[in-house]
Amino acid sequence: MRSFWKAFKRNKLALIGGVVVACLALLAVLAPAISPWDPNRPDVKRILEPPSGRHLFGTDQLGRDVLSRMLYGSQVSLAVGFVSVGIAATIGILLGAAAGYHGGLVDAATMRLVDLMLVFPRFFLLLAVLAFLKPSIWTIMTVIGFTGWMGVARLVRAEFLALKEREFVMWSQSTGASAFRIIWRHILPNAMGPVLVAMTLGIPAAILTESGLSFLGLGVQPPRATWGNILNEGKDAIELAWWLSVYPGLAILVTVLSYNLLGEGIRDALDPRLRQSAGRVVSRSR
Amino acid sequence: MLAYALRRLVLAIPLLIGITFVSFVVIHLAPGDPTQIITGGDPSLVHDPKLYQQLIQEYGLDKPLHVQYWNWLKRLLRLDFGKSFAPHARPVLTMIGERLPITLLLNVVEMLIILALAVPIGVLSATRQYSTFDKITTMFVFVGFATPDFWLALLLMILFGIQLGWLPISGLRSMNAEYLSFWQQQWDFLSHLALPILVATFGGLAGFSRYMRQSMLEVVRQDYIQSARAKGLAERVVIGKHALRNALLPIVTILGLSLPGLIGGSVIVESIFAIPGMGQLMVQAAFERDYPVLMGNLVVVSTLTLFANLLADLAYSFVDPRIRVGRRRR
Repeated sequence: MRSFWKAFKRNKLALIGGVVVACLALLAVLAPAISPWDPNRPDVKRILEPPSGRHLFGTDQLGRDVLSRMLYGSQVSLAVGFVSVGIAATIGILLGAAAGYHGGLVDAATMRLVDLMLVFPRFFLLLAVLAFLKPSIWTIMTVIGFTGWMGVARLVRAEFLALKEREFVMWSQSTGASAFRIIWRHILPNAMGPVLVAMTLGIPAAILTESGLSFLGLGVQPPRATWGNILNEGKDAIELAWWLSVYPGLAILVTVLSYNLLGEGIRDALDPRLRQSAGRVVSRSR
Repeated sequence: MLAYALRRLVLAIPLLIGITFVSFVVIHLAPGDPTQIITGGDPSLVHDPKLYQQLIQEYGLDKPLHVQYWNWLKRLLRLDFGKSFAPHARPVLTMIGERLPITLLLNVVEMLIILALAVPIGVLSATRQYSTFDKITTMFVFVGFATPDFWLALLLMILFGIQLGWLPISGLRSMNAEYLSFWQQQWDFLSHLALPILVATFGGLAGFSRYMRQSMLEVVRQDYIQSARAKGLAERVVIGKHALRNALLPIVTILGLSLPGLIGGSVIVESIFAIPGMGQLMVQAAFERDYPVLMGNLVVVSTLTLFANLLADLAYSFVDPRIRVGRRRR
């Protein structure tokens, strides 16, 4: 752990990423306290006002304060990022562990399922599912989670394949420990490093996906503010109000960039050899 | 080579069946009766028992799910994708047929541009590791990964479409295209494509130049590069011929792997720029809950991705014979 921190500290960009991630989380939690205006209160006298001292990021078509809406929107992004990655990681770990530990038919079946899921262009699959579900933040989280577990499953399987040949696993097998116990107590803790990296890099990917869906109008629905649906409104007012388009997108960019820098920093500090394999997980989740 | 190709083709069959199964299940798991979707929740239509019966009969909704799936599969084999639920009730296959060429054109052009730019960028930043050029491209890669494509599209629309007024921001043709001369029409078409292609290329370019750099860095450390240098070959030949060829190998695989992502990107790009392709069709169908169109689209797009993947695999085994003889990629 100490050597990890030492290696991580040397990476300035990753440190900056980490600090920004922490600040963003703080802003999201404190949103109700620090928002200058009620994010859902319309003000017909101040429709589409450019940024000013009164409204730092301007107002939207209904005269609502864009900054306040973005602060509340960051709660959605953060929640979607964490919960959907949590779902994806749970599925990925369960399937990957089963495949890697048991091998044989279980392994073959799981890996074919992974191959199958990877053939679907993700946005097409997401739209097909979302068309028939009631759009809410929970639906979005679940759907993103259930379509994003394949990278983790492959990663965990590969770790398990390597770890189960090691002496400490053979030793506990010889003492008659159950498969369940060996998987959870002995192998998984040793396989968690790359999984944590993949999860850190999965959060920004999920945030991008959510904002894309909300931008299309099939994600989290107004009046609840998200960065994606503010941008959607920005598109309708594109000729009148650049601030509706510029600021929320910048927020997404900064958030995703910080998580990526943090994730890559953790990966390099954990084990420089991981550089390539975990990099591929990022690209696939895009 | 032929044996390998055949084996891969046979392995694709279960995946094809899987694609149809997932597409069917995903859409039928959803709550709600499709008849309500077709009639648009209009009670006067739902309560007309005759129409209701007709709809149920037409779509076989009174049969158990596995029978419905089997019937749907049989029709798929005859390339019968059913008819759209929209009032025009056009055959799904016709609708896809109109839109597929546009999406394919966009994606092929996009891919060619990405490769044409990413390969030299990757090679240059790998051979000049830690130079200013390398640092700038690395920064570009991180920003490129983090930029939402729809936001980039909005910014470019504001800049080039509205502020400068240089480029059109929606559709594929101007309203007055009919009255233009042949060459003006081509120019009109190209200028409509400029922004969508720029947006679609951006994210992919970041990823591919990164991979190319990585791959090149690994290759230049190999012994055969050392020996090529040792026998006195010019650096230009060592890098441009020996190293480049080997560094391109993994790119072929990554190209195959990133296809679903690139094609999925057309959903956003097409709906922002109002381009009548598969992505836009998918979004419209999702809003209208037009489920024959959704299922048809999903099957066609994923099948195409599957075959493109297969092609990438074959290309890989063609350029790297080691793959064909035994040692399989994991």
